[in-house]
Amino acid sequence: MSEQNFSSGPLEYQTEQSRLNILGFWIFLAAELALFSTLFATYAVLSGRTADAPAPFELFEPTSTLIMTFLLLTSSFTCGIAVHEMRNGSKKGLLTWLIVTLLLGFAFLGFEIDEFITYVHEGATLQSSAYWSAFFILAGTHGLHVTLGAGWMILLVIQLMQRGITRVTSRKVFIVSLYWHFLDVVWIFIFTSVYLIGMVM
Amino acid sequence: MEHKTKRIPVKHIIGFILSLALTIVAAWAALGSDLPKGWVITGIMVLAVIQAAIQLFMFMHMTESASGNGHIPWNMMFHGFVIVAIVVAGSLFTMSYGFGHHHNDSPAHQQQHGEHMHD
Repeated sequence: MSEQNFSSGPLEYQTEQSRLNILGFWIFLAAELALFSTLFATYAVLSGRTADAPAPFELFEPTSTLIMTFLLLTSSFTCGIAVHEMRNGSKKGLLTWLIVTLLLGFAFLGFEIDEFITYVHEGATLQSSAYWSAFFILAGTHGLHVTLGAGWMILLVIQLMQRGITRVTSRKVFIVSLYWHFLDVVWIFIFTSVYLIGMVM
Repeated sequence: MEHKTKRIPVKHIIGFILSLALTIVAAWAALGSDLPKGWVITGIMVLAVIQAAIQLFMFMHMTESASGNGHIPWNMMFHGFVIVAIVVAGSLFTMSYGFGHHHNDSPAHQQQHGEHMHD
């Protein structure tokens, strides 16, 4: 690969190092797909195996599930706007939208933690049945990813405040945005195959 | 520095509106409509795949030429999706439909034994 064609494009693609980092992150996302596929497969196979614990349709709340979905969809959108602002060279816009994304992410996590606590009080825990084990591992792994992503984004906001938009920080923002959009993709499938189908059955 | 980026991120806004609309349609199909269950499940899974495509192409810059198209390992992403399909469909096939008829959850079985027979 040669360097000459990239100096006029977006900042995050301008060095060989950055382009290789972004390529490497896509490979990581492909591996994440494999991880989540095993969790989805486990969940699908164990659906209905609730033993003596409550059935999912007794516990799932359409309203809070929809609120969580809209929070995460919106945060994915604001994260996209943040990258857009970065490409316009606006540090202020980038930071503003990243912080909005973070707040939406934390609101999502708040709803998810509250949901898990409610389920545990209703008698559906990690140990209560095969179905609920699969549910908590699948939704919990996604929630853990969101938590890690939020922590990563906080560190990046601090670095952006110190160093501004450079070739290195712009690449980091671009990569965290890929991660965040990916988590939204995973959530769409959890929303559909766990919550919606769980409430239909 | 010269910027080719437009001031208004049209693509993102369209993607966002589409994703909200698809979510609402999926929620309505599952919770508010009287459609047969099989249709609902197939339909909302198709909607989820469309949503994922919106994220990938409208938000994640998958088709961006500014990078020289060198930043996405298409072959590996394709393999990733193939692995997902094999693991999920394969597990469901072998565990739920393939072998072993000792489960109580087949519709014929439930009809025979009435509604209050559960494991």
